[in-house]
Amino acid sequence: MSIAAETESAPLLQARSLRFARNEEEIFGPLDFSLHPGDVVLIEGDNGSGKTTLLKVLSGLLEAKSGSVLLHGAPLTLAKLSHQVALLGHLLGLKLELSALENLRFATGMGGIRSGITPQLALASVGLEGFEDAPLRTLSAGQRKRVALARLLLVPAALWLLDEPYANLDRGGIDLVNRLLDHHARRGGAALITSHGAYAFTSGTPRRIPLRATA
Amino acid sequence: MKPGTASAACIALLRRDLLLVWRRRGDALNPLLFAIIVVALFPFALGPETTVLARIAAGTIFVAVLLAMLLSLDALFRSDLEDGSLEQLVLSPHPLSLLLGCKILVHWSTTALPLIVVAPLLAQLLQLPAQVLPVLLAALALATPLLSLIGAVCVALTVGMRRSGMLLTLLVLPLIVPALIFGAGACNAAQDGFAYAAPLLWLGAWLAMAAILAPLAAAAALRISLT
Repeated sequence: MSIAAETESAPLLQARSLRFARNEEEIFGPLDFSLHPGDVVLIEGDNGSGKTTLLKVLSGLLEAKSGSVLLHGAPLTLAKLSHQVALLGHLLGLKLELSALENLRFATGMGGIRSGITPQLALASVGLEGFEDAPLRTLSAGQRKRVALARLLLVPAALWLLDEPYANLDRGGIDLVNRLLDHHARRGGAALITSHGAYAFTSGTPRRIPLRATA
Repeated sequence: MKPGTASAACIALLRRDLLLVWRRRGDALNPLLFAIIVVALFPFALGPETTVLARIAAGTIFVAVLLAMLLSLDALFRSDLEDGSLEQLVLSPHPLSLLLGCKILVHWSTTALPLIVVAPLLAQLLQLPAQVLPVLLAALALATPLLSLIGAVCVALTVGMRRSGMLLTLLVLPLIVPALIFGAGACNAAQDGFAYAAPLLWLGAWLAMAAILAPLAAAAALRISLT
């Protein structure tokens, strides 16, 4: 599927000899890869191999040392990211004092909303029906992660950058992430996922980008 | 598919931050209580003599209000940094300066506004002459947003560091001293029967400038400290 897409459309995201260094210490690179609509790519690497850093560079939060990131063929800048990229990091970006619904309403207010979905529907589809109004403080780590996944469903971003999306989730949650990714890919979206390798994809075999820790 | 507009984002952010302040309203009251306690202690220390208290009233209230706001400044972006909301804010498609402007507005309206509301009470405690009160309120209304704006730039610069409280104080203090001099100066001039419009106008001019530049500077500073 990705090969067919490669020939007919410009890549959603493209990295060209991308390097990143912190205080002269090489973190990763040079990396070359491209992501087409419908692609789900797994970034594999040990702890400390720079997976999170790579996602931050790709989202524009950190600046690469050399090389370039192209989004729809145009150089990536924070200003141009607009509604293209959704990042789910280790820190979920949710407020524990607010309920799941209040958090999601804020997210849609900030980032807009896909057609045909509401925050309630999104919560139901991540298995949190009945938890809409409970403060996030009272939910478990896995349930909070599910709220963050519901946010991905709501905001209209074509590219998902997911940092360890399987962490804290039970078996049902892991299946849920796979289902969401599958759905997103079929809709023409693309996703880049990091994993330290402890969790296996249950559906299909994604492309992999290995990262090695450089000490 | 409906991409969000900047105004929708501002409203969402204002709503969320005000809701958060309401949920943590115990913490939000701290600056107010601090200012009231500081001002209430002065008559005990100096004695109840009207002339002494009236002389220092405006300056004392000004210092108490500015210090109370300084106390709450460190928390401006702290919780957003710790739970990852700040990253989402930076990645949002809307101008970061606009969003930070909203956060600054919430900070001012939840810390400074209550302080301005109780200022007449504080003035009574210190026997401030009644004709000076309007000048004091006007000076506070101009100087407190200035502190919120300047403070936000400094907080944005130091937010990436742990235990940035001391550094923040050192950064902010010299920048707000002019606001204190002009604000309290206007009150003293009014008390002595001199013209007090000029210092107030100066404060207004600085506020107009800061309202435009500070959110831009804070956005740039925040991007630097997040990397």
